[in-house]
Amino acid sequence: MKNHVFRPLWVVIGLVVLILIIRPFYVPKDFGIHERGYMYGWYRKGNIEDWKKVSVKYQGKEYCKTCHQDKVTSIDRTPHAIIQCENCHGPAIEHPSEPPKLAIDRTRGQCLRCHAKLAYPSSDRANIRGIDPDKHNPDIECVMCHNPHNPNLEGLK
Amino acid sequence: MISRRDFLKNTAKVVAGVSIPLAAIEILSPARVHAIKADSSIRWAFLVDTYKCVGCGFCVKACKNENEIPYDANVTRTWVERYVLTKDGKLFADSPKGARDGFISTKIDLGMGNFQDVKKEDIKKAFFVPKLCNQCDNPPCVQVCPVGATYQAPDGVVMVDRTWCIGCGYCIMACPYGVRFFHPKYHTAEKCNFCYHRITKGLKTACVQACPFGARQIGNIKDPNDPIAKIITTERVGILKSEFGTKPQVFYIGLDEEVR
Amino acid sequence: MVHGELWTAKELFVTPNEYIYWSVQIVMYPFMTGLVAGAFVLSSLYHVFGINKLREIARFALVFSFALLFVAPVPIILHLQHPLRGVNVMMTPHFTSAIAAFGIVFSAYGAIVASELWFLYRKHFVDVALPLKEKQDKTPAEWLKFLVFCTLTLGVYDVSEDSLKRDEKAIKLLAGLGIPVACFLHGYAGFIFGSVKANALWMTPLMPVIFIMSAIVSGIALCMLTYILTMEIRKFMAKRKSASAPRHETREELQSAEVNVIRMTAKYLLFFLVFAISLELLDLIFRGYTATKSWDVLRSVIYGKDFTSIFILQYGIGNLIPLILFLTPGLTIRRAVIGVMFVLFGVFMMRWNVVIGGQAFSLTFAGYMHYHLPIIPHNIETLKEGLFGALGVFIMPFVLFYFMAKIFPVFDVKESH
Repeated sequence: MKNHVFRPLWVVIGLVVLILIIRPFYVPKDFGIHERGYMYGWYRKGNIEDWKKVSVKYQGKEYCKTCHQDKVTSIDRTPHAIIQCENCHGPAIEHPSEPPKLAIDRTRGQCLRCHAKLAYPSSDRANIRGIDPDKHNPDIECVMCHNPHNPNLEGLK
Repeated sequence: MISRRDFLKNTAKVVAGVSIPLAAIEILSPARVHAIKADSSIRWAFLVDTYKCVGCGFCVKACKNENEIPYDANVTRTWVERYVLTKDGKLFADSPKGARDGFISTKIDLGMGNFQDVKKEDIKKAFFVPKLCNQCDNPPCVQVCPVGATYQAPDGVVMVDRTWCIGCGYCIMACPYGVRFFHPKYHTAEKCNFCYHRITKGLKTACVQACPFGARQIGNIKDPNDPIAKIITTERVGILKSEFGTKPQVFYIGLDEEVR
Repeated sequence: MVHGELWTAKELFVTPNEYIYWSVQIVMYPFMTGLVAGAFVLSSLYHVFGINKLREIARFALVFSFALLFVAPVPIILHLQHPLRGVNVMMTPHFTSAIAAFGIVFSAYGAIVASELWFLYRKHFVDVALPLKEKQDKTPAEWLKFLVFCTLTLGVYDVSEDSLKRDEKAIKLLAGLGIPVACFLHGYAGFIFGSVKANALWMTPLMPVIFIMSAIVSGIALCMLTYILTMEIRKFMAKRKSASAPRHETREELQSAEVNVIRMTAKYLLFFLVFAISLELLDLIFRGYTATKSWDVLRSVIYGKDFTSIFILQYGIGNLIPLILFLTPGLTIRRAVIGVMFVLFGVFMMRWNVVIGGQAFSLTFAGYMHYHLPIIPHNIETLKEGLFGALGVFIMPFVLFYFMAKIFPVFDVKESH
């Protein structure tokens, strides 16, 4: 039966078919439903590998130790043993090849992160020895007197 | 003259025409969906001890560097909040720059350039709460993604596909914890993914490694010998905003009613 | 600069990643979609329910709805961070998301409106195309016109009585089918907001219904406004022509026809307006009465920070004044124009108060965010998501309508008796 009433419907079906033809070319092959089902697992599988490929920047103390063992062992005898080298020295990334030299953060702000006195009764912050940054030699860097690698007060420069 | 029956036929064709593409995009196959819902032997979980956190912000600094979030952009994958409760029942809380530079002053940032100094004598209790993506078991952010650009990996980590995200922001709106934002460079939704490139290599996340006080821990909750899993399963831990039914996988020691 | 930082000011305790990510274009989106749905429902009132008094405005509303249809996705595209990837919604739809339905529902709706238009104007296409087909040595302009109309006929040149009767039946069916789809289209726009459980202001099952009601209100209002405008232009033309060719409809004829149509339509507008207001107030009262955890911060936003834009601009100017204007007997065209403009403004403010208001408070319930609409554009972002972007979206349907009216003549004006 030839009926003009169906003409718009054919146009619609044509468009749908067009989308279906384009789709396989546009959508990556590994896109689909994965482990967590359609609600939480509808994605391109390859993306998991993409994320795994991100480079590691913070290598950790053990990595530093391979070359700077003397430094690491001496700091390990001080209260600052708990601090990662890279927290102040910056991420090692591929050091020593890249970057050959790390940018060390020697600012006052870096020390104040822990040592600005905040007497917060239900937090361990209260137990850290601290100063009032507005009163304790406000104009000079902490490292002028204190040695972060030997933070005991006997170690004052 | 066209009869009603022809119109019904017409309608049936429309329905058929719509269902063909639906079938073609492989979403109407419950059997298949069921079959691939395999179990993974890993389920990453996070433990935060708020007593141990001193608000130094080394975690935030490390996170930003590790995950290449522009350092000066005012967004961050993880952050630390400060809560100060006074004796007269007031709550002061802030997280200046997400605590990237730590908390180095007693002054609370009230926004719009205002600060409030709370005196030591007035404080009833005060503490720090690190925040990061809860990698929910029922992630509302994934549910609302219109294109499948964000998803839950088999090990429970919720990630974003930067090549597929259209940047509608619906996931940002749907997250009850405010962990999502637009990446200033890629302009796609961005979030904490437990440093996926690190945990899959056997390393700790950047924030866990950077924390000098052990306030942050990560482990595999499906491994009975995992020390973190042991704490989570045998000790009293809390989660954030349980009322949303999101089943967060970041657990807290020392949560307070005032923590948002 | 982080997206959203430019127009967001934070106050008190707001978490670091919170910004007003959904800005003015997301206000425009439900506003424009609402106009589409409303205009279509208005036209269907005639086609389906046979409300003959709306005959004049029905055809007009349908064409206008079609023009609006093309504009409805524009705010979303302007809002997307990756507009070119927008097609992903059609390619890998994730139907657990309310936005994913957009591609399907919107296309289905577009197909219905386009088909209905086709049936409505099929005879016109044939009438234009056939003489051009016969005509020898066509000018390039005529060639273009011929090609356009030839394509529009979809190869059907049968304009017998019988086939036209079939057209009418098809129109009736499509108009009937279109009402639920139009309501669905807009209802789900409401669902986009209503289903966000993280947002204390948005999350309510009433949201889709409120959106549908205010959509119909705004659609009818815009149709009335545009109808009046075109009628005024026609009156002006009639006045000019009456001197030379007194055979056209006189100014007075047009005037009385116009007033009748407007008074009739205004009744429907009022009906839906009252319904919309009742639902909104119900929502507000319910929130206050149940006073759950979020109520403290919501109250401070609704009765404090956003008081002006909610109670004065939206309910006062947008609802109360039009109610008075329309309920006072003896509705004149001038009063109707003022009334519908206030109604449109009121609906816009309602969208604003939902979208921006929903982001006016922090997830912490202990802080606020203030939105500053970028006015002077100084980069692509402030152009797209600023005053000019929004105005552009608002003007676009009128421009489209102007061109579409050339293909779909809206008024059955007989050039000669």
